[in-house]
Amino acid sequence: MSDRVIYATYDDDHTLLEGAKKLVADGVHITDVFSPFPIHGIDPVIGVKHTRMGIVAMMFAVTGLMLAVIGFQYFMIADWPMNIGGKPSFTLLQNFPSFVPIAFEFTVLFAAHGMALVYFLRNKTLPGMPADNPYPRNTDDRFTMEIRLSDNHDMSSEDLHAKIKQTGIVEIEEKDYVVIK
Amino acid sequence: MEYQISSKAKRTIIATVVLGLILFIVGAILDSDSEQFQTRLLSNFLIDGFFFFAIALGALFFLALQYATETGWYVAIKRVIEGVASWVVVGIGILLVLFLALTFMDGGYVTNAHGHHVGHIYQWMDPQIVEHDAMIAGKAPFLTKPFFWVVTVLYFTVYFLFYRGFRKRSLQEDIEGGTKIHYKNYVKGALFLVLFGYFSSTSSWHWIMSIDAHWFSTLFGWYTFGGMWCTSMTVIMLLIIYLKRNGYLEQVNDSHIHDVGKWIFATSFLWSYLFFSQYMLYWYADIPEEVIYYVQRIDQYPVIYWGMFIINFTIPMLILMSREAKRNPGILMFVCFIIIIGHWGDVYMLITPGSMGEHGSIGLIEVGLFMTFAGVFTYYILNTLTKAPLMPKNHPYLDESKHHEI
Repeated sequence: MSDRVIYATYDDDHTLLEGAKKLVADGVHITDVFSPFPIHGIDPVIGVKHTRMGIVAMMFAVTGLMLAVIGFQYFMIADWPMNIGGKPSFTLLQNFPSFVPIAFEFTVLFAAHGMALVYFLRNKTLPGMPADNPYPRNTDDRFTMEIRLSDNHDMSSEDLHAKIKQTGIVEIEEKDYVVIK
Repeated sequence: MEYQISSKAKRTIIATVVLGLILFIVGAILDSDSEQFQTRLLSNFLIDGFFFFAIALGALFFLALQYATETGWYVAIKRVIEGVASWVVVGIGILLVLFLALTFMDGGYVTNAHGHHVGHIYQWMDPQIVEHDAMIAGKAPFLTKPFFWVVTVLYFTVYFLFYRGFRKRSLQEDIEGGTKIHYKNYVKGALFLVLFGYFSSTSSWHWIMSIDAHWFSTLFGWYTFGGMWCTSMTVIMLLIIYLKRNGYLEQVNDSHIHDVGKWIFATSFLWSYLFFSQYMLYWYADIPEEVIYYVQRIDQYPVIYWGMFIINFTIPMLILMSREAKRNPGILMFVCFIIIIGHWGDVYMLITPGSMGEHGSIGLIEVGLFMTFAGVFTYYILNTLTKAPLMPKNHPYLDESKHHEI
């Protein structure tokens, strides 16, 4: 049996947040929310876990720092030591103050680009990937809740419709759940 | 509920001050025969006088910053910031007495029985030195007693008047409400930031950089300011945690603490960035009269110099990086105490190598005077907190601050 899904659309983020709180208190499981901008405070309400992006950033930062240090050692000390302003170029440690800015830049470069890439990959929103918001206006001025029936076994479709209709929606639709990507 | 200093806090503070005084006096008696004794005493009063004054000044700056940016979240901790800033008044008094003494001593230039130089604070105040020193003489318009005093009195007057105005309007707002005082604070806060922008640099040149009168750095003002701001944030944090543990400030939630924690993290980086910027420029250029400042510190005080850099940079960076650490009072308290010690070491490094040469050391005198200052400082701040409700009443953003959530 194919999964059915209810899309409840609101025209105000605050109404959606209040509605989500009410529905969750009633025992409804909200799978996802689509919004043109981040809605402050929605994550804990619908049970989205805290992001692990910080760990990703740390891993990329350490990778960048290590690559930079390996680079200094090979390019500037081992392979082709250069005399720049008479600074010592015999060992990495002696010459390290002049490498600090580049080490910092590499760390930031890797952390920033790595985070952006991982973010796009994880959200499946790399350029060219199909959009998965149920309504085109989710990128403009409409806010949509996705409630899957398979996540709410103890409630019938009619129960859910009745509960959602109490929360100030502007539109509600039930259809077969299609995995876009 | 109005805040009252608990008898336990009073006992702890009195014990700290008494112990500090005993250590200081014992240290002074043991050291009184040495040639550097006078310079050591003066250096210590300058270190601690400036260190604690800077904490209060940093809090005053932070308050003005919140006013000028019309910030909402900080309202719940506003009285704590004002409390820390209140030490400005006493700090000004201590520094004025010290500067007066130094002026009458011609900068405290000391020679030993053989006529050799053993220490100084402001050698440019001594006419005999300036006479034989073309470099200092060349800085005459800036490094002269009259100019020093004109601008020092100007700095102190501005700081004092702004503190008094902020405090008066803050208490007035509790009674009157409305937005008139808020907008007045906005204008005055912005004005203070402009004045402080100049004064924080120029005052640090006069009060501290002129100890090494031959040396100069254009980054110096920023560098001392970075350390000052970081220490202020740690003191504000410690006070918030202390008050919360004793059942006050119940409106201050994890998000407020998280935000102050972020400020500590950020200002630690600000300080470290300025430390390294200044260091690397001199290291790279390697001009003898410039680099001597670092050569001396690294050769003669390697442990304190690198120690305080590691403490002030790596410890906040590694420990406070995660979100959870910035919300954990235990971890924050540990980091705050470490940072305060580290930044005291920074101020020590700004002053002692210049004034005492290679003879400086951290002994009973330093520890004792620091404890005495810290005790009196804490008592004065807690006493200010008792004089007004800990939660502002009619601030326009009070409600926003109560519901602060990040």
